[in-house]
Amino acid sequence: MLSLLWLIPALPAAGFVLLVLLNRRLGRAGTALIGAGSVGLSALVALLVCGSFIASPPAGDAYHQVLWTWLDVAGFAPTIGFYLDAVSVTWVLVITGVGFLIHLYSTEHMEHDEGYTRFFMYLNLFVASMLILVLADNLLLLYLGWEGVGLCSYLLISFWHKDPQNVYSGRKAFIVTRVGDTAMIAGLFLLFTQLGTLQIQPLMRAAEEAWAPNSGVAIAAALLLLGGAVGKSAQVPLQTWLPDAMAGPSPVSALIHAATMVTAGVYLIARTNVLFELAGDARLVVAIVGVVTLLIAGFSALVQHDLKRALAYSTISQIGYMFLALGVAGWEAGVFHFMTHAFFKALLFLGAGVIIEALADEHDIFKMGGLRTRLPAVFWTFTIGAAALAALPFVTDGFYSKDLIIATSLGSVDGNLWFYFGSLVGAFVTTLYSFRLVWLVFFGERHTEVTRRPRWRQLVPLYVLAVLSIIGGFVWLPAWIGAFHPLEDFLDTALPPMEWAGQYAHFAESAGAALLIILIVYVGIGLSYLLWMPWRQSTHAFAESPAVRPLVAFWTGGWGFDWLYDRVFVRPIRWLAHAGRADVVDYVPRGIAWLNLAAWRGLSAGQTGRLRAYVAVAGFGVVLVLAVVVLR
Amino acid sequence: MADVSLDHGLVLAAILFAIGFAGLLTRRNLIVVLACIEIMLNAAGLAFVAAGARWGQADGQVMFLFVLAMAAAEVAVGLAIAIRFRQSLKSLDVDDADEMKG
Repeated sequence: MLSLLWLIPALPAAGFVLLVLLNRRLGRAGTALIGAGSVGLSALVALLVCGSFIASPPAGDAYHQVLWTWLDVAGFAPTIGFYLDAVSVTWVLVITGVGFLIHLYSTEHMEHDEGYTRFFMYLNLFVASMLILVLADNLLLLYLGWEGVGLCSYLLISFWHKDPQNVYSGRKAFIVTRVGDTAMIAGLFLLFTQLGTLQIQPLMRAAEEAWAPNSGVAIAAALLLLGGAVGKSAQVPLQTWLPDAMAGPSPVSALIHAATMVTAGVYLIARTNVLFELAGDARLVVAIVGVVTLLIAGFSALVQHDLKRALAYSTISQIGYMFLALGVAGWEAGVFHFMTHAFFKALLFLGAGVIIEALADEHDIFKMGGLRTRLPAVFWTFTIGAAALAALPFVTDGFYSKDLIIATSLGSVDGNLWFYFGSLVGAFVTTLYSFRLVWLVFFGERHTEVTRRPRWRQLVPLYVLAVLSIIGGFVWLPAWIGAFHPLEDFLDTALPPMEWAGQYAHFAESAGAALLIILIVYVGIGLSYLLWMPWRQSTHAFAESPAVRPLVAFWTGGWGFDWLYDRVFVRPIRWLAHAGRADVVDYVPRGIAWLNLAAWRGLSAGQTGRLRAYVAVAGFGVVLVLAVVVLR
Repeated sequence: MADVSLDHGLVLAAILFAIGFAGLLTRRNLIVVLACIEIMLNAAGLAFVAAGARWGQADGQVMFLFVLAMAAAEVAVGLAIAIRFRQSLKSLDVDDADEMKG
């Protein structure tokens, strides 16, 4: 059964090829069948393979399948090979499962779009690339998938390419992530030159043997990989592309810019955890990046007017939590939060897609309102998603994973009070902004009429994801509730186990710490109700008051990062390009050309066509030669 | 009658050559130009004859015969060119034939 592993990425890739070849000859039904069907089949195969992996784990708790050797040059022989262990099982199940639901949703969401086939083409290519990324047994193949998802992300952000703004957003995403990717490929070069292989498992063993803990080269390699992860996962300082990525269709935001691709950075760090264990200082950087990001993005999400931008900032913030978990060596907590986040954030984006569609492309939450009775199915599912995002205690999956991360940030060996307070403040802000969306969109006066209602292909994914957002967290209960943690046991086979060893470990693991979080969540929800239900007018007036306005504008603009990058990078480069338009270097070849031209003009001036002048010159020449010969 | 020395012959040849060359430079009529070339050729022939006489060799006179033959051929070609020249340019002024300038 495990030998079917290669089919999982091959099926969406085949779907992509079929769609490219048949393109215009396919009707919408055919496109939907191939587009969604290939991913559905892939999900089925993934269920079979991962099911048999979980039921009867192979020797060494990992299954390695080498299809062929990619290339073989001077000892550098990366393979096309897939490696399945607990970490990749988690990612594969989420990618294919959530991916299929989003494909199903898209068949209806995009049905009136002229680029229907093109859309599924890109989406299938994305799923194939993402699966290659998480299944790759070596870093080069991983990098292939990494660039593949980046390309699809670019293509899908600028999917509606007739609006230059969308194309600009796509370019921005591509270029900003490219900064991180460059660091990452430099990291791969460093690893290969130092350790002589890119096969992940041998590489990790070699690193452990060759490098001392916290040695310079280990830290450099880890930081370079982190650069790639930061770019792809939209963390500070490369987070600026993700809010603009919302220019793409909503299913794209759900699949690529929330559930799967943006967590590739988390996957990379979890996959190379040995390296980050070695480089403790680099791991500290990971945690700091996580905390800073989750706070910055949280406050930005609080003041957004665009529904999808608010969700985008919340995505950045939640991935910040995952980075924090990885940074304090809570590898498994990070993976857990990736899974739950994929469920509820995909749900939120798909819900947002239905809302925006229903209101004839209205993105402004202040122009929504009162949709509770108009779109009841969306209301309930979206609220479940928002509750999971806010970590509503006990009944949502977000609570279990976020609670675990917050506890880890204090209780692990590397945990400290700074991280703990940061993540608590982040949790509070999260509850505020997630329920702000619910109050503003579904309650109050109706500002825009509903012109379209979702049908089953959009509703089924919403229902399934809503159920997953509730039960997804029950696979790992905190110790004070009960000893039920199959996910932890499963991940233990591939990742270092959770360690509760810090100074505050005892408190962090206790029910008391959890009670604090529960309290924060309830206070947050209550406050958000007050702020955006009964006190809505005064909240609005407060945000508009002269003293607060600049701060709100600052947060809305993403803490001035775009402004800063515009001044520091974009404008100087544009200035240079402008100045270089004259092509200073070209003066050298142009000077040579000019000299030749002048010589030609001089010589051709002698060609007067006057016979007698030629004779005179010839006579003069003869006299000259004779004079030289005679008088010498 | 004084001896005609080599120097006399050569000086006369040089004078004739210079006259022919000066004519070549200054005259614009194609026929006169051809005549000037004839003068220059004859100057060269005279130099051959003078030199042959000086060394008592027949080669100088033989060379003059060659020069004569060549001059006849040259005149034939030259006059043919002159006729074509006249037909195409409607003149015999060599300065009118300046179309091949750079």
